[in-house]
Amino acid sequence: MKSKRQRSRWLALFLGGLVALTAPVSLYLVLTSSSVSADSDSKEAAGEASANPRAEYWRAVRHGVEGYSAVTGPEANVLIQDSGQTWRELRNGPGLTISAWLMAAVLLAVGLLQIFKGTWKLDYRTGKTIPRWSVFDRVIHWGLTVTFILLALTGLGLLFGRYVLMPLMGKEAFGAMSAVSKPVHDYVSPFFIAFLVLSVAAWMKYSFFKSYDWEWFKKVGGYLTREHVRAGFINAGEKVWYWFLFLVGVVVVVSGLLLLTPNFEWTRSTMQLSSLFHIASGIGLICFSFVHIYMATIGNEGTFEAMVGGEVDERWAQLHHDAWYDEVVAEQGSSGVKTESTAG
Amino acid sequence: MARMKFLCDSERCIECNGCVTACKNENEVPWGVNRRRVVTLGDGEPGEKSISVACMHCSDAPCAAVCPVDCFYTTDDGIVLHDKDICIGCGYCSYACPFGAPQFPEKEAFAVRGKMDKCTFCAGGPEEDGSEAEFEKYGRNRVSEGKLPLCAEMCATKALLAGDGDEVADIFRERSMKRSSRPDTWGWDVAYKDGSHEI
Repeated sequence: MKSKRQRSRWLALFLGGLVALTAPVSLYLVLTSSSVSADSDSKEAAGEASANPRAEYWRAVRHGVEGYSAVTGPEANVLIQDSGQTWRELRNGPGLTISAWLMAAVLLAVGLLQIFKGTWKLDYRTGKTIPRWSVFDRVIHWGLTVTFILLALTGLGLLFGRYVLMPLMGKEAFGAMSAVSKPVHDYVSPFFIAFLVLSVAAWMKYSFFKSYDWEWFKKVGGYLTREHVRAGFINAGEKVWYWFLFLVGVVVVVSGLLLLTPNFEWTRSTMQLSSLFHIASGIGLICFSFVHIYMATIGNEGTFEAMVGGEVDERWAQLHHDAWYDEVVAEQGSSGVKTESTAG
Repeated sequence: MARMKFLCDSERCIECNGCVTACKNENEVPWGVNRRRVVTLGDGEPGEKSISVACMHCSDAPCAAVCPVDCFYTTDDGIVLHDKDICIGCGYCSYACPFGAPQFPEKEAFAVRGKMDKCTFCAGGPEEDGSEAEFEKYGRNRVSEGKLPLCAEMCATKALLAGDGDEVADIFRERSMKRSSRPDTWGWDVAYKDGSHEI
């Protein structure tokens, strides 16, 4: 009973943190729930005071009260911490199931789009190309890609491996693999952070929303009707991806850095919250990356070559990014568009 | 089959830390790790209470539940042990444990945690019983020699009891009746499915 009440208070705190606007509500919840438990505690203690005057101690201890210990170390003076149980239930429960279903749902949606609509092909190519991504853009993009995929695979291995890979590989082999993937996850992360910071800084100028982006959202980018909607250098969907990467990226980086530095002796509740935020933000990024990878490869003809060679076919720009194409033509005239011979 | 449990009698514990020292010495515990510790509540105030705490060898062990590589196992005696050859040092067990039992040596470069270390109920690990390798990684295997954990064996006031849960509970119940105190099996409600407040 007691642990459930404590757990619900903890959960209220956690959710309150997630939805920043509900801070007053969560404060109210914490205050009311703690006053309720204090009431019942004091009543119980009063009833049993004659049997053991220190009886209330054990209830307090159950809720993580601090004492003195000659043994030094982080939280060595706390006898029992309750939030570990909440963390366990959230991580092993919804942390696993919601993550799995979310990834499956996104993959299914992408798969259905490909099955029913197929690749969005170019009707023709003019053979002339327009420079789109500089060498610097491409280096940070692929740096981010490689580090992200390494982190995603090793992270998913640590979250789901025990349930998915271990039954197939056996405990020893999976343990040996994880002993490699855990340090890989740790040591790749600084490079991911560097590439993420560079990407966020480099591409912000493309990512502010314009009035025509609203039309793009209303028509879901024309992906269902196969009708080209006006878009700038990057379309509204890519802008959402950018801001998602930015904001959720901050969450994944901050929570990850906390988990990466246990030597700073963060409290266990900090680590538990970090773990949950890290799972949620990591899975969010993985899900969005499924859509991004699909759209940029088999989803649209002519998109992938932009990030490989740095240039796109003129027709691709006209169809997918007409506002940008108009700008290129207006600014540079025909000099912005290279002919096939010079593009090579 | 016995179901091993620890029980600390808070009416008897005098915070001498003998159990902590006995454990460190017997198991040659890594530097910076104390598998057992004594916590005093209301220190210096009238009626202060001390509790010696280590791994309680839970029935539904949270450490085992969150371990990404499933390196924990429970022996037939109900002792929760782990395999340091499989452990990857992620620290999740230490976040989940209510009692703060799993600890890390923290001696490696770049803040990398070594293999987790915790109380084994003096029952070693998966290596061959009494072998050098077992002692190196997990400490003494007294249980295989028919002995109980040294912390409890050396407790001067017999506050710390270790052994089969039923026998430990019987001893404690007898004590509680003699002194008309509340039979509080400290930590059992957290650690054991069948360990309600009643004994």
